[in-house]
Amino acid sequence: MKGNEAIAEAAIRAGVDAYYGYPITPQSEVMEYLMAERPHLRTGMVVLQAESEVASINMVYGAAGCAKKAMTSSSSPGVSLMQEGISYIAGAELPCLVVNVARGGPGLGTIQPSQADYFQATKGGGHGDYRLIVLAPNSVQEQADFVSLSFDLAFRYRTPVMILSDGALGQMMEKVELPPQRERMTAEEIEAQYGHWATLGKPASRERNIITSLKLKAEQMEAHNLHLQRKYAQIQEAETRYQSLRCDDADYVLVAYGLSSRICQKAVDLARAQGIKVGLLRPITLWPFPTAPIAELARAAKGFISVEMSAGQMVEDVRLAVNGLRPVHHFGRMGGMITSPSQVLEQIKTLFLNPQASLNGGAH
Amino acid sequence: MSASHDSDTLLLEDIIRPENLVFEKTACLTDNTLSYCPGCGHGTAHRILMEVVEEMGIQGQTIGIAPVGCSVLAYDFMNVDMQQAAHGRAPAVATGIKRVMPEKYVFTYQGDGDLAAIGTAETIHACNRGENITIIFINNGIYGMTGGQMAPTTLAGMRTSTSPFGRDTEMMGHPLRITEMVATLPGVCFATRQAVHTPAAVRKAKKAIQTAFELQRQRKGLSLVEIVSNCNSGWKMMPRKANDWMEENMFPFYPLGDIKK
Ligand SMILES: Cc1ncc(C[n+]2csc(CCOP(=O)(O)OP(=O)(O)O)c2C)c(N)n1
Ligand code: SF4
Repeated sequence: MKGNEAIAEAAIRAGVDAYYGYPITPQSEVMEYLMAERPHLRTGMVVLQAESEVASINMVYGAAGCAKKAMTSSSSPGVSLMQEGISYIAGAELPCLVVNVARGGPGLGTIQPSQADYFQATKGGGHGDYRLIVLAPNSVQEQADFVSLSFDLAFRYRTPVMILSDGALGQMMEKVELPPQRERMTAEEIEAQYGHWATLGKPASRERNIITSLKLKAEQMEAHNLHLQRKYAQIQEAETRYQSLRCDDADYVLVAYGLSSRICQKAVDLARAQGIKVGLLRPITLWPFPTAPIAELARAAKGFISVEMSAGQMVEDVRLAVNGLRPVHHFGRMGGMITSPSQVLEQIKTLFLNPQASLNGGAH
Repeated sequence: MSASHDSDTLLLEDIIRPENLVFEKTACLTDNTLSYCPGCGHGTAHRILMEVVEEMGIQGQTIGIAPVGCSVLAYDFMNVDMQQAAHGRAPAVATGIKRVMPEKYVFTYQGDGDLAAIGTAETIHACNRGENITIIFINNGIYGMTGGQMAPTTLAGMRTSTSPFGRDTEMMGHPLRITEMVATLPGVCFATRQAVHTPAAVRKAKKAIQTAFELQRQRKGLSLVEIVSNCNSGWKMMPRKANDWMEENMFPFYPLGDIKK
């Protein structure tokens, strides 16, 4: 199954109530699959093609405000258009899922895969002090698995969740074990669980519910921000996810997520076959970022390379985690170009085993 | 009841007694003090909208969308579940809600900047899809909240803070009759233009809102009630003068009455 189709099928099976989206390559298959599948007949799920990404994210806001499982998907330029809406969703504390099947930028860029939206996804993207939980799948299987996980997290913390994928994972065909069908929640279940905040129509028994991110008084706005920050701290505490591959005895640690982590897995094998002790630390949540495990590795490892399909974005977080203890380099290509395992191995050698060449640069 | 006082002094509590009441505020409005300027049409529009909700007995099934604009705090006054939408996006938010809860009544309440400038795409496409929602559109020809800048509906020659020498249509475009525009779309079942500056106008406007919600009940598509209103602060006129000016200048360009029924 294609990565994009896996997201779509997983959404139906996760009991999602509504998908609102707008076509853009390389993720159009998500909505195409949903429209062809007619999920309203299978589960009652709503699928609507909006007039723009601006509209689709605001449709998501509306449905999420009714405690419905609502999602959208897009690719980089479309996700840029959604940023105001995402900020409102974070501010109003609504649960939802936004999938970014990223492509190369800036601007219209290219339809080829890219990881250059890391900053946008993890550092805010829109205005104000907010965070998204960002999950980075590295297989079609995880593209499917993370849909349900995203909604669990989104509702647990009442916060928007992003799946940050890329054009290669979206288009890639792999075997996938699909999750069983989860029932959509009934109106009664939603009322019982979320009736204290969701706009479901005000019964005489309770005050009206209001979904808003507006606090006119500075004191109130600060208090709201402090509340959000406490929530984000809890998320950092409880939800940081990562995968560690042969890091225990590693002299050199590659840090890579998504597609790059697949390439780095191969690079680790190639290096180990040549007797070079290389490990891979793969962040699964890009926010919260696995800072502590990287800091821990920095005590024994001799150096790090952040391998990304970008000019070097995550490398900044790796550097913060390593905090000056060891050298941290970036290696990657841009604009839709993908590096190969042997190129990564070459970089390890150049940077760490042949310091002369390293001085001549080539790492950045 | 009255505390100790001279028997010939009439206190407020002597006047406000159940037997003296001739008018009662609908329970669908909260007791919060309206934040609008004295004389502004927003307050009256709120009242008749909420009266309709009460009279139809749909308070528990109604979800409203407040815009960005002077009526951003509509949720402080309207006693129904409400969502506050980003500037211009209320029809998209309403679509998102109505699609997952088609049995509820969903309305947006929007100003002209919100509906006819930044949110034009959302307005037209919600209309074109025939979303089964009701849009209450307050057209005061100006951006009230941000301090009286030019709106798409600002009349030709009208002075605002961003058209200080009057709207020059060659430079700044023409005032937009968006209700006439969307009335051409098959998804719109009812488009009307009303006002709330006189008791007679208020009665008519309320009827129009009733019709709009009734059509929503019958799932007929999108109903839009435009209310031409004053913005005495933005227009820099006393309320009375603003109403006269509205009749003389706004109504000829924005004629009242049903556009599509
Ligand atoms: C994206 C965005 N752009 C601009 C603004 C600033 N803004 C707030 S209200 C408003 C105009 C509102 O005018 P209108 O819709 O006519 O409503 P009124 O205040 O007159 O009732 C503007 C431009 C904003 N809040 N968000
Ligand atoms: S600024 Fe204008 S629209 Fe806003 S409350 Fe005052 S009179 Fe009404």
